[in-house]
Amino acid sequence: MIYIKKDMCKGCGLCIEFCPVNILKFSEDLNEKGVYPPEVTDINKCIECENCMIYCPDFAIFLEKGGVKNEK
Amino acid sequence: MLKDIEHPLQKYIRPGTNYTTCPGCGNGILAQSTLRAIKNLELDFDNIVFVSGIGCAGWIPSPSFNTDVLHVTHGRAIAYATGVKLTNPKLKVVVFSGDGDLSAIGGNHFIHAARRNIDLTVICVNNRIYGMTSGQAAPTTPKNSKTTTTPYGNMENTFDLSDLAKSAGATFVARWTTYHARQLTKSIAKAIDKKGFSFIEAISQCPVHYGKVIGMRNDAPSMMKEFKSKSIHINKIDSLSNESSDDKIIVGELVNENEKAELTDLMQSLRTEVGTDG
Ligand SMILES: Cc1ncc(C[n+]2csc(CCOP(=O)(O)OP(=O)(O)O)c2C)c(N)n1
Ligand code: SF4
Ligand code: SF4
Ligand code: SF4
Ligand SMILES: [Mg+2]
Repeated sequence: MIYIKKDMCKGCGLCIEFCPVNILKFSEDLNEKGVYPPEVTDINKCIECENCMIYCPDFAIFLEKGGVKNEK
Repeated sequence: MLKDIEHPLQKYIRPGTNYTTCPGCGNGILAQSTLRAIKNLELDFDNIVFVSGIGCAGWIPSPSFNTDVLHVTHGRAIAYATGVKLTNPKLKVVVFSGDGDLSAIGGNHFIHAARRNIDLTVICVNNRIYGMTSGQAAPTTPKNSKTTTTPYGNMENTFDLSDLAKSAGATFVARWTTYHARQLTKSIAKAIDKKGFSFIEAISQCPVHYGKVIGMRNDAPSMMKEFKSKSIHINKIDSLSNESSDDKIIVGELVNENEKAELTDLMQSLRTEVGTDG
């Protein structure tokens, strides 16, 4: 399960770049900061590697391990 | 609806604060690497004091780390940290310093703290530039780089901060980049755990002011991919010719000595010996 605190995101793209299974992309919803935060395309492919969390400079994306499917 | 779940490091963050860094700045990655090291060591956060100087790097612990943080004058973080440690040796003292803060204006504090082998952990955010003041050359700026103050290219030689710490007597020295966030966490944990002067050189990206110098303006992903491709582990260095190693970033734990005589311990023994204890 990936959590994204949309309004904390500054749109740097690091999580997207370093997701080894390419399931993150910029969404089309502008956030409070005026950037497009990421969204998960296919949570079933997530290998829970934690790269997105570890490389996010703004504590905006993190995960809860255990293979729970993404909630909307 | 999303459950109101918190970031696993949230408990270390002072409520109401957030990072005011530019998008993609390495500082937030280093904040996480450090907090994760503290979490893994299961240290009591209240027993750690952070000290930072002036520059963007100074804002890593201050005000966001929810424990005692001293945010002091430019270049003097190690001097204040020395005071804290000598006054209360039971505290773990961790310094955050930019490359300019540490090696230009604060260069003497740095080498003498290493020489004294005082039990501090110093984390230098080396983005090879003065970030906060908009990109002037630092002692760490690579030769020929065009910066705000070196429009025709930097003609000065570059300090190797880890080598400096090593020669000055540090007990533990590691260099990694923000790409190596996991390795950083392990080395920072070792550095905090180990008695003596420990130095962590974290090569980091300033996508705004250094990015523009190297054709990667506001492009943190490219800067970090470059860290990955340029890094070579110290254990593999012999297989490289000198020529090809010039452009490389040598990463790894460069010094990991057995614990040796440390300043606060020596002070304590002296107090006992001359009878001024208590
Ligand atoms: C005594 C003094 N001299 C100069 C300055 C201006 N100044 C502020 S930050 C800085 C350098 C910051 O560079 P660095 O330490 O590399 O930190 P960064 O912003 O890159 O993280 C300078 C020269 C100051 N604040 N105080
Ligand atoms: S945990 Fe790893 S695989 Fe899952 S979204 Fe994050 S980076 Fe991608
Ligand atoms: S790494 Fe963080 S700040 Fe950067 S785009 Fe991803 S969520 Fe946003
Ligand atoms: S100026 Fe550079 S070092 Fe400072 S916050 Fe912005 S990106 Fe980070
Ligand atoms: Mg700097």
